[in-house]
Amino acid sequence: MEQPVISLRGATASLGSRPVLRGVDLAVQRGEVVALLGANGSGKSTAVRAVVGQVPLTGGELELFGTPQRRFRDWARVGYVPQRTTAASGVPATVREVVAAGRLARTKLGPTRKADREAVVRALELVGMADRLKDSVNALSGGQHQRVLIARALAGEPELLIMDEPMAGVDLANQAVLAEALRTQVARGATVLLVLHELGPLEPLIDRAVVLRDGCVVHDGAPPQAVGQHALPGHDHVHPHADPAAEPIRTGLLS
Amino acid sequence: MEILDLPFMQRALLAAFLVGITAPAIGIYLVQRRQALMGDGIGHVALTGVGLGFLLNTSPVWVATAVCVLGAVVMELIRSYGKARGDIALAMLFYGGMAGGVMLMSLSSTGSSANLTTYLFGSITTVSQQDIVAICILAAFVVLTTIGLRRQLFAICQDEEFARVTGLPVRLLNLLVAVTAAVTVTVAMRVVGLLLVSALMVIPVAASQQIARSFATTFAMAVAVGVLVTLSGTVTSYYVDVPSGATIVLMAIGVFIALTAVATPLARRRADRTAEAERCTLRPEADVQV
Ligand SMILES: Nc1ncnc2c1ncn2[C@@H]1O[C@H](COP(=O)(O)OP(=O)(O)OP(=O)(O)O)[C@@H](O)[C@H]1O
Ligand SMILES: [Mg+2]
Repeated sequence: MEQPVISLRGATASLGSRPVLRGVDLAVQRGEVVALLGANGSGKSTAVRAVVGQVPLTGGELELFGTPQRRFRDWARVGYVPQRTTAASGVPATVREVVAAGRLARTKLGPTRKADREAVVRALELVGMADRLKDSVNALSGGQHQRVLIARALAGEPELLIMDEPMAGVDLANQAVLAEALRTQVARGATVLLVLHELGPLEPLIDRAVVLRDGCVVHDGAPPQAVGQHALPGHDHVHPHADPAAEPIRTGLLS
Repeated sequence: MEILDLPFMQRALLAAFLVGITAPAIGIYLVQRRQALMGDGIGHVALTGVGLGFLLNTSPVWVATAVCVLGAVVMELIRSYGKARGDIALAMLFYGGMAGGVMLMSLSSTGSSANLTTYLFGSITTVSQQDIVAICILAAFVVLTTIGLRRQLFAICQDEEFARVTGLPVRLLNLLVAVTAAVTVTVAMRVVGLLLVSALMVIPVAASQQIARSFATTFAMAVAVGVLVTLSGTVTSYYVDVPSGATIVLMAIGVFIALTAVATPLARRRADRTAEAERCTLRPEADVQV
């Protein structure tokens, strides 16, 4: 079989003194779209951040495109959408300026060329934000913000897209737009690993779902069929009568 | 203009001009990263360098540069490995630097409290030929870094984690920002003084933010404001005989207030124009999607 694009074997990681990943196995093949599901605090973000090298593994193995992560340098092949970070900072910046940062994976320390500027516009067209090119990111809504962060990852024309809750705060109509954008990426051969809480309009695109609970994989296979509150194993139960055995007590207010 | 015929004023104006460019140019990245007071910290540490320079009887500019760079690198390491007590460590560094400077200065035979004041609050008209050479070289480094690497520095200050995933040498660039800030402090110390250096890194940026919408415009306007206030402050201090550093900083605050006053009606006019362009219309036949 071909080398997996992402291969995580027996991965363990801790944040502070707390073990957050407790032996996660995850393999993503070229061209696959894999959804990572699980309740708040189950370790989805940590797993994804470990894959992009932002959380050190305390054990296990991680390979990207067949290279051990430690020696992986080809970051232009990877596009990353972090969870709910804000694109706003202490100084105003336009949508174009923020998205152009995604292009640095290719230009590195070199100059920007015409192709780079065109890629930025194309990425914004894909997420339906091309008309806001010159607007300040401070003047965007939460969902628009999220779409700018997705465009930033797309600007580098990556082979592997890693997205942490890309649909958070995005309305259904725009989720459909993003699903279409993702479909185009997959059609040109991209591989996708994305953290989701609901499959929503992405459902038809998803080949496989991996469900985490308390830092362990509890399901790896077909995406859950019925899409609803209770469909996902280990899904967030926020209502008062939730089965207390299924989850440690969690109010859902702070996570 | 007679003022331009005086060699010491020529040097003063050149130094002021260079400070006007460099301080906001590096300051914008510090503000972007919400580290606006870093310049202040380096300024405190620089005093130890100045004291050391006096004690060793060498040019305070170069010794201060070396000490500042060292201090800034330590600050950056504390920030990036940021553990819970990082703020305490920084406080030690700041006040240790200040106290060390005062101590070294009093130990040296040439240093006096008058000299100390010169470095704390700036004394632009005493900039020597030697100083100006150092200032030019250091300013060139700052300008090349802040403009040449603007896209990369923007990215690391905007979203450091994302920048790391693009494969940029983020740790190196962070150190470069720290070193550049340190160098800027020594460029500016003769003009505005160590205690007011940070003001010139922050206020022009804050002022131009009031009306700019993009990073590029903010950058350009901040540098323009910087040059405007340093040059006019220097000229004013020559004619009125007031300290240059304080004049420059007060002028910068004046520009900030003026731009803030302009910004509010400007934003309202922009909003009005858009509102007129697209009034809400109730269209019952429209496809309502949620
Ligand atoms: N900086 C941190 N220090 C210590 N523990 C942390 C830190 N960040 C997260 N954790 C813990 O690690 C666990 C996993 O967090 P993670 O962010 O991976 O969850 P998640 O599955 O992405 O949740 P969500 O759906 O809320 O995004 C949580 O229990 C959390 O308490
Ligand atoms: Mg998460």
